[in-house]
Amino acid sequence: MVNDKEVDRGKRRFLLAATTAMGGVAAVGVAIPFVASMWPSARAKAAGAPVVVDVSKVEPGMQITVPWRGKPVWFLHRTPEMLSTLQLHNGRLRDPDSNDPQQPPYCKNPTRSIKPEYMVVVGICTHLGCVPSFVPQINPPGVPHPWEGGYHCPCHGSLYDLAARVFKDVPAPLNMVVPPHKYLSDKVIKVGEDA
Amino acid sequence: MSTKNGFLNWVDERFPLTATWKQHLSEYYAPKNFNFWYFFGSLALLVLVNQIVTGIFLTMNYKPDANLAFASVAYIMRDVDWGWLIRYMHSTGASMFFIVVYLHMWRGLIYGSGRKPRELIWIFGMLIYVCLMAEAFMGYLLPWGQMSYWGAQVIISLFGALPYVGNTITTWIRGDFVVSDATLNRFFAFHVIAVPLILLCLVVAHLIALHEVGSNNPDGIEIKKHKDPKTGIPLDGIPFHPYYTLKDIVGVVVFLMVFSAIIFFAPTLHGFFLEQNNFLPANPMQTPPEIHPLWYFTPYYAILRAVPNKLMGVILMACAIVVMFFLPWLDRSPAKSIRYKGPIFKFALLVFLVSFFGLAYLGMQEPTPTVTDFSRIFGIGYFGFFLLMPVYSAVDKTKPVPDRVTGHGTSEGPAFVATESVEGVAR
Repeated sequence: MVNDKEVDRGKRRFLLAATTAMGGVAAVGVAIPFVASMWPSARAKAAGAPVVVDVSKVEPGMQITVPWRGKPVWFLHRTPEMLSTLQLHNGRLRDPDSNDPQQPPYCKNPTRSIKPEYMVVVGICTHLGCVPSFVPQINPPGVPHPWEGGYHCPCHGSLYDLAARVFKDVPAPLNMVVPPHKYLSDKVIKVGEDA
Repeated sequence: MSTKNGFLNWVDERFPLTATWKQHLSEYYAPKNFNFWYFFGSLALLVLVNQIVTGIFLTMNYKPDANLAFASVAYIMRDVDWGWLIRYMHSTGASMFFIVVYLHMWRGLIYGSGRKPRELIWIFGMLIYVCLMAEAFMGYLLPWGQMSYWGAQVIISLFGALPYVGNTITTWIRGDFVVSDATLNRFFAFHVIAVPLILLCLVVAHLIALHEVGSNNPDGIEIKKHKDPKTGIPLDGIPFHPYYTLKDIVGVVVFLMVFSAIIFFAPTLHGFFLEQNNFLPANPMQTPPEIHPLWYFTPYYAILRAVPNKLMGVILMACAIVVMFFLPWLDRSPAKSIRYKGPIFKFALLVFLVSFFGLAYLGMQEPTPTVTDFSRIFGIGYFGFFLLMPVYSAVDKTKPVPDRVTGHGTSEGPAFVATESVEGVAR
């Protein structure tokens, strides 16, 4: 019946390659729904609604934390003394002029805010996502001196100033993120919508 | 008797039961000079069984839900009959798994067990180690305590260091924009079924590869070179069963004594096996003041922290694990075992040991400048041991390697005595 001479090896190779290729296409096709099912669900996406915060009760020098999209957002009421420290250490910062797009354009200024006295920032370290501690004191123990007040990440020791700008020679690569926000009135801020 | 044999014959004609038993146990000939260091392979298998059995029973009461998880673990601890025991067996088992596996890897390191022709055994073993790390990491999220949450946050954020795709990948892994219920649920799926399946397949591959080429031994020589001309059995080999099954039972008894002592008297081991912060429910708004992973990850964590650049830190940490895969090819010494290696290798091994323990210790400390400086020194020691090995192992003076295994009635050369003391130091 069939012997070696009659076998068309070229045809066999073609059929084998074609079958393998089509099988591969099918495998990728089947993988798509499985991989896609791991993206944030419609419910998770919908949870990112803007939040409205009244900062009138935040005393000068104090900071409050409000969740937005599951992340801690800080509202720091900066005193004039705190604001005056921001110019002292520009040489020790990685990005003193906020050139990296870590803030909306309307916050690309020396205080990284719309109104200098209120800083609004996502309190998540740009290294590996921990929440840095608020260290407003001048030269307290536990942080490198000189220290004019700022933030210290407990995980890997990253340091930020009171405009959430990152210092040099720490693991964090970027300033902390300023979220899109706008003032609804003098002391009421909406986070999640651009000004 | 005849019925029993009849049944066995009936099975053997349909499934190679007796042949499998002989191939892997009663007629698997292992070198007769196995020592203390050879307990840890079978102990790793024992801990694996412990983790699977206790894990199955934990899932009967555990709830993989961000609102219920923390309370369901407390429920297991307080209300489920013997639930505390099952959970402590599982949590202690996780740390014991790493202790046993680290000692097993150390054995491979000092006796050159991964070198030709056993490279694939080493590779399968390293893959098992990587799976174990994934298993431990994802399992640690499940109690949904503060350390669970922030540990997961930090480790997932490591992928964010990848250029361009970093943020997309971290969102995909979490299934949300932060670590959340979606993350917990999928980690549960990976922890209880996906990774254990891969782990079991790898363990089978590890053992099949081992039984194909045969075991290495403390002398680092091939027992298959000298076979009995009549039987074809290696002259220095003894059947695994009953000789090593019985020897391993002694190891199992001692291991279980230590294991039970920890479970019953110090199940958290003062924060080493279960961290205090993990007895607080996860709070996405507040990072605990001190955060570090469990002890078995701290050497790599110290390397990560020592680099003042996010991407480089992550790359170096990954390299610290990847470099171990290449160990069989890095060692150029004519001798496999430390018994016949020269002083340079022994010194390098000491540097490695000090660096590994140093990094493990520093990874648990707060990140002060002193800690960072020492982490960098030990990090250089760690990588130096591997990357310089092709050079120093090639120029190192070795002692002559014996033809047959030493000890056990054969002549003990001075080399044997001299190197035992070095191993004592290493221990």
